[in-house]
Amino acid sequence: MKPIVGILALQGDFDAHAAAVNAAGGNAVEVRNSAELQVVDALIIPGGESTTMLKLIGIENLTEPLAIFGKTKPIFGTCAGAILLAKEVTHPVQFSFNLMDITVERNAYGRQVDSTIAQLSGGDLKGPLAGLELEAVFIRAPIIRRTGTPVKVLATYNGDPVLVQQGLHMAATFHPELASFNPVHKLFIEGLKPSASKAS
Amino acid sequence: MLTNQEFRVKVGLAEMLKGGVIMDVTNAEQARIAQEAGACAVMALERVPSDIRRDGGVARMAPISKIREIMKEVSIPVMAKARIGHFMEARILESLGVDFIDESEVLTPADEEHHIAKRDFKVPFVCGARNLGEALRRIAEGAAMIRTKGEAGSGNIVEAVRHMRTIIKEMKQLTVLGKEELVHEAKKLQAPLELVEYCAQHGKLPVPNFSAGGIATPADAALVMQLGAQAVFVGSGIFKSNDPEMRARAVVKAATYYNDPQKLLEASEELGIGMPGLDISKIAEGELMQTRGW
Repeated sequence: MKPIVGILALQGDFDAHAAAVNAAGGNAVEVRNSAELQVVDALIIPGGESTTMLKLIGIENLTEPLAIFGKTKPIFGTCAGAILLAKEVTHPVQFSFNLMDITVERNAYGRQVDSTIAQLSGGDLKGPLAGLELEAVFIRAPIIRRTGTPVKVLATYNGDPVLVQQGLHMAATFHPELASFNPVHKLFIEGLKPSASKAS
Repeated sequence: MLTNQEFRVKVGLAEMLKGGVIMDVTNAEQARIAQEAGACAVMALERVPSDIRRDGGVARMAPISKIREIMKEVSIPVMAKARIGHFMEARILESLGVDFIDESEVLTPADEEHHIAKRDFKVPFVCGARNLGEALRRIAEGAAMIRTKGEAGSGNIVEAVRHMRTIIKEMKQLTVLGKEELVHEAKKLQAPLELVEYCAQHGKLPVPNFSAGGIATPADAALVMQLGAQAVFVGSGIFKSNDPEMRARAVVKAATYYNDPQKLLEASEELGIGMPGLDISKIAEGELMQTRGW
């Protein structure tokens, strides 16, 4: 059975994530309310504008359902999604779900003219990604400025962590869903299969 | 061209704006209200389109001090408009560090034959289109996002609907044609074969397809999203209404829940009075903005 992966579709590149999930062996469904959240095995919070997502999460009373979901089910956040998963957000300070022990600085590389695509390989990639290659698309990206002890760093770029894992959850400051080759969604979806529990 | 890294980075930002609302603002205070209401980006300009229409004269790139003030105020992306063909306004906006440039028919065109050669820039561009040929010509020049032209500042959705329906229909028609027929279509559309083939194969544009030009209510936003728009621009519709904050929040909600009539009903309640609208047939032909550019 393919795992059902919800994509939080309030705003952002949720259709790119849905395509990446389906290509990696999951079954993607869009999630816009708490009823839709209840039926998924895992959730992806996509890239987009974190302030817009937070606004809609507040208006639609999704704060509590998302916090409860994150206690028992895996969430993968990319860019804006990583910002929402963090313990602490700076530049500016804003609400976040505190599901991962990281401090994230928004728009830390600068504006759109500073956005870039980087090829990560060798020493940039660790753990399950070691030996692979990864194309990291950074769009007005944040930087993870601090990682707590329970956080595993799976990829770095210029020495900064760009893909991290803590327990069930994963966060990327780049956009694997926009990459032309992408092992990251596969990693997340493999982790959802029952047989994967012994590997972690 | 479509797989070029710089182009993909530009399209990447357009992807991030999907499902959102980009709002026209003329100062930092309006930008703050827009961000607070959930706008995914703001468009900095000197006057909103309905004022440009009323005042006449030459409409140019916004004053730098205004754009800078808006960039300082908000953390969401800031776009700004350059005149059609005015590549030096665009260079100045790029140096300023705006996140997107709208080569816009709302401003007075600087060149009646040539649009900006947009591939040479590091900053991404959005351009208006009324049909598929126009959209593909702009993409060929380097635009990373297309929006319908609609009729800016009219408060009338009819032109945005016409343009979105036309683009979507023309793409659907390509999907059933054979290779040699596509060559002929490329000739008729006056667009590169590579891009025509992409649309035929995928049934969509190679860049995000947004709607602009006449969106004034949550229902308008939901309508164009139903027709295939992936996000909306709202110009005069927000700050020419009698309660901009509430209307901004309502349109944001409509762009997300465009498929949920109950949520759209909630968004449409207690909206107050919208901007006054114009009958397109009453606008003198020389005053139409959508016919600027080709």
